[in-house]
Amino acid sequence: MKDFGYSISKGRTLNYDNSDFSLKKTLEHDVVSYCRCIGCGACASTCSAAKFTDFSIFKCNMLFRNAKYDELEQELSKCMLCGKCTLVCPRGVNTRGMILEMRNLIEKNKNNNE
Amino acid sequence: MELKKRFWNEYQKEIADDHYFYARSCIRQSFNPGAEAMFLNIMKDNLHKDIIDEANQHTCTGIGYHTDIVPFYTTATIMARLFSLMTEAGYKNYVPSCVTSFGLYVEVLETWKHDPETLEKTREYLYKACKREFELPENIAHSSDIIYKFRNELKKQMKYQLINKHTGQPLRGVEHVGCHYAKVFPAFGEGGAEFPYVLAGLIESWGGEVIDYPERRHCCGFGFRNYLVLTNRSYSVSNTYKKLESMEPYQPDFILTNCPGCNMFLDRWQYTIAETQHKTYDAEGKGIPVLSHEELAALLLGYDPWKIGLQMHQVQCESLMDKIGIAYNPDEKYADINGNQLTPPDKPDFLKI
Repeated sequence: MKDFGYSISKGRTLNYDNSDFSLKKTLEHDVVSYCRCIGCGACASTCSAAKFTDFSIFKCNMLFRNAKYDELEQELSKCMLCGKCTLVCPRGVNTRGMILEMRNLIEKNKNNNE
Repeated sequence: MELKKRFWNEYQKEIADDHYFYARSCIRQSFNPGAEAMFLNIMKDNLHKDIIDEANQHTCTGIGYHTDIVPFYTTATIMARLFSLMTEAGYKNYVPSCVTSFGLYVEVLETWKHDPETLEKTREYLYKACKREFELPENIAHSSDIIYKFRNELKKQMKYQLINKHTGQPLRGVEHVGCHYAKVFPAFGEGGAEFPYVLAGLIESWGGEVIDYPERRHCCGFGFRNYLVLTNRSYSVSNTYKKLESMEPYQPDFILTNCPGCNMFLDRWQYTIAETQHKTYDAEGKGIPVLSHEELAALLLGYDPWKIGLQMHQVQCESLMDKIGIAYNPDEKYADINGNQLTPPDKPDFLKI
């Protein structure tokens, strides 16, 4: 294949008929402070793991809301659970608890689908 | 001039009947010069209209303006010079070939209308620069508006229709109206920004069927600065990729455009996508032919495809001509005006010619 010096970005179209958005409701129930997130990115900018990998809590949040669980599972495994993000969140979101709960929900969801 | 009808009048447009001043397009006359020649032929020989192709015309600066290189007053003054050529020639109806130009002419005219001080400043700048004066056009219509207005008159003269000669079914066409045609100033487009009918009207009148698909109103991907900088071209080709992926399931026979930029990018990016992704959007691996309104009109009127310049496109149009039943001589495809054979272009690795 030829290389012209640029690439094609694949579309990010969400198919609402084939996507399962129920996990978001469960997370909102289990980690209530998650509802207060305004997506400011303070968590991502202070993240220690992001210094050494391309990990981004902001991206995790977006993938979870878009029900892209396969991609999210890999992303979440990069988190060291240090909790610095929780300290800087201006909205008091329990980000560490949010990531733990996301991991649990995705694991459960995977087991249910198997 | 045909006046607006009572109902849906916000979606109609007044288009002059005759006596046009034609403004050429930088992109179209560089890449598909036959299209503009055909428009002039159709206007003069088929419709018997008075249209002038002024020899001293120049760019409108649209590409520079939309890449933030040329400031507004420079653009307005250069456009004023074009209007001064029109005034000097004794014409009042302005017909740009390019959709980018059309959108920008309307932007400048509307600015002058709502802020008359800018008009006076432009007059002053033009006079200081080249001692010229100008009148505002009475009517401004894109060349696709003109073809749309006379679509039924042209149909009576057409040798072919958009019918598949093998199946007898209407050919299925995708229409792509350039963003600057009506998305910027909806009142200046036939059908407005919501229901632009200028190209769909042509396909339907000439026997074809218009495909409605999810990304029908999405940008072609040109986007000026998204293309001009190499590292940004990913944005440009990704938009075209999205459109082509969206139209693929409907199996279009051709794409019809009115903007030279859209025409070029929907055509050329099919080559790039084929070479980088090994993906084409028709059954034979040749791609979907992309025609402009003038080229389609000329083709159906029976003009020689090679005089129209269809060989200048990246995706070749023989498959479409075979479906319509248009006779053509393959030996003349790469012949010059004296009949001498020119060296044919290199073949792509993946896209079939």
